[in-house]
Amino acid sequence: MTIQEIQQEIIDEFSLFDDWMQRYEYMIELGKSLPLISPEFKTDDHIIKGCQSKVWVHAALEGEKLQFTADSDAIITKGIIAILIRAFSNQHPQAILDADTHFIDQIGLKEHLSPTRANGLVSMIKQIKLYAIAFQTQLN
Amino acid sequence: MTYNPFDITKIRADFPILKREVNKKPLVYFDNAATSQTPQAVIDVIADYYSSYNANIHRGVHSLSQEATDAYEIARQKIQQHFNAQKAHEIILTSGTTHGINIIASGYAELLKANDELLVSAMEHHSNIVPWQMLCEKTGAVLKVIPMTQKGTLDMTAYASLLSDKTKLVFVNHVSNALGTVNPIASIIEQAHQVGAKVLIDGAQAAPHIKADVQALDVDYYVVSAHKLCGPTGVGMLYGKEDLLNTLPPYQGGGEMIAEVTFEKTTYADLPHKFEAGTPNIAGGIAFGAALDYMNGLGFESIATHENELLVYATTALKEIEGIQIYGEAAEKTAVVSFNVKGIHPYDVGSILDKFGIAVRTGHHCAQPIMDYYQIPGTIRASFSFYNTKEEIDRMIEALHRAIQMLQ
Repeated sequence: MTIQEIQQEIIDEFSLFDDWMQRYEYMIELGKSLPLISPEFKTDDHIIKGCQSKVWVHAALEGEKLQFTADSDAIITKGIIAILIRAFSNQHPQAILDADTHFIDQIGLKEHLSPTRANGLVSMIKQIKLYAIAFQTQLN
Repeated sequence: MTYNPFDITKIRADFPILKREVNKKPLVYFDNAATSQTPQAVIDVIADYYSSYNANIHRGVHSLSQEATDAYEIARQKIQQHFNAQKAHEIILTSGTTHGINIIASGYAELLKANDELLVSAMEHHSNIVPWQMLCEKTGAVLKVIPMTQKGTLDMTAYASLLSDKTKLVFVNHVSNALGTVNPIASIIEQAHQVGAKVLIDGAQAAPHIKADVQALDVDYYVVSAHKLCGPTGVGMLYGKEDLLNTLPPYQGGGEMIAEVTFEKTTYADLPHKFEAGTPNIAGGIAFGAALDYMNGLGFESIATHENELLVYATTALKEIEGIQIYGEAAEKTAVVSFNVKGIHPYDVGSILDKFGIAVRTGHHCAQPIMDYYQIPGTIRASFSFYNTKEEIDRMIEALHRAIQMLQ
């Protein structure tokens, strides 16, 4: 599936819910299926700055596709990073660089997009894109 | 039943913001330790300044400038009277607590020498730590820490043993922003003076709850922010004893702070103008005075009685919830409860409470050393003001139960 198709799938899933509480509960559920970062990478090098909770993200190239793993000590943040990783993992770095992130808005998490928001969603997206740039350079 | 002199319905009507909704729920504002809300009377004073007599002060001979100058200086006198300073020119109007601390820290850069010692408490806000670290880097002075106890109080025995003739300055907050602990500043000041050290008290968190008397305390420097006590942001007070302020060099150069300027030499203006370079926050200063009028109209004793009832009510209700850990259990506290729910990150709880229209602060509250002491990433902090009610606390407790259900 392309990033866009996955994003549409996520939008469709979230459109089933009427209120924020169901959306949050689903997000928390998604957090439980997050591909967890291996403990050896849970270091300061992999922490995303700008979050009130701790978020670690790691990326590795398998063939020509990037595989992301992550973790957080807060479960809402874990849900958010899980949604991002579902959209961007197992994709070519160039596809990640080309992708937009409007789906976050459409699944009712717009409030998390503010750059000043302490959960650092913007920083997470930036970090995923930075990994993509780094590995794209490697592929070239 | 105890008599409550507070007409809470009437008081709440003074604050327009308390009528609004957040996330389709009536706002419950429990982030008063970060900033307090503003009553209509203070908002009116700001609007009136810009509508009727906006002009630069201390300069113009025209009537508007005179009116603005008079209003600004009357505000300074109100602040002087409120904190019982001996002289109006001992009140320096600043942009806030942080600014006040930096004025003093910058002044002492020229008065300290290597190996002089500065004492800072373990429960300070970063704004009362970082300027002193910078001062130590410049001067070679040494910063030592007055430790805290598990209950969230200062270790006064350790304090006494840290004091020596090397100690030049002591910095302690009157009330801890993260824990609400009221520190024994009278005793801290007295002991510091016995070794010849000067004391700066950060009164930012105390000012909304406690009317400090700077002469009775014999404090050397006392700093506050207006926005914590129903005033606007961007204005505050630095109180300093006249003789001490006279020995400190100015903080910033500019207009207003000079007596005479030539290219060879500039002589500085007298207090308070020496520390008030540039055009100040005129409307803010005037509104600061109005905010003190408003709070004194309610009376600080009545405010303390009401807030203490809220504190006891909230603490009791929180303790009934399984897995709640409260941080800061000093005998004397302002209306602040810092807590965590076992196994749940404070950020998660804060996010869910926000969805219920409840504003609390989560995180380290700019007091990371306290969080390190307790080995936690942060806390959930509910801080109450005189306009809050027990019904609002009930709503927080109910929302907290829902949050725990969702997050566990």
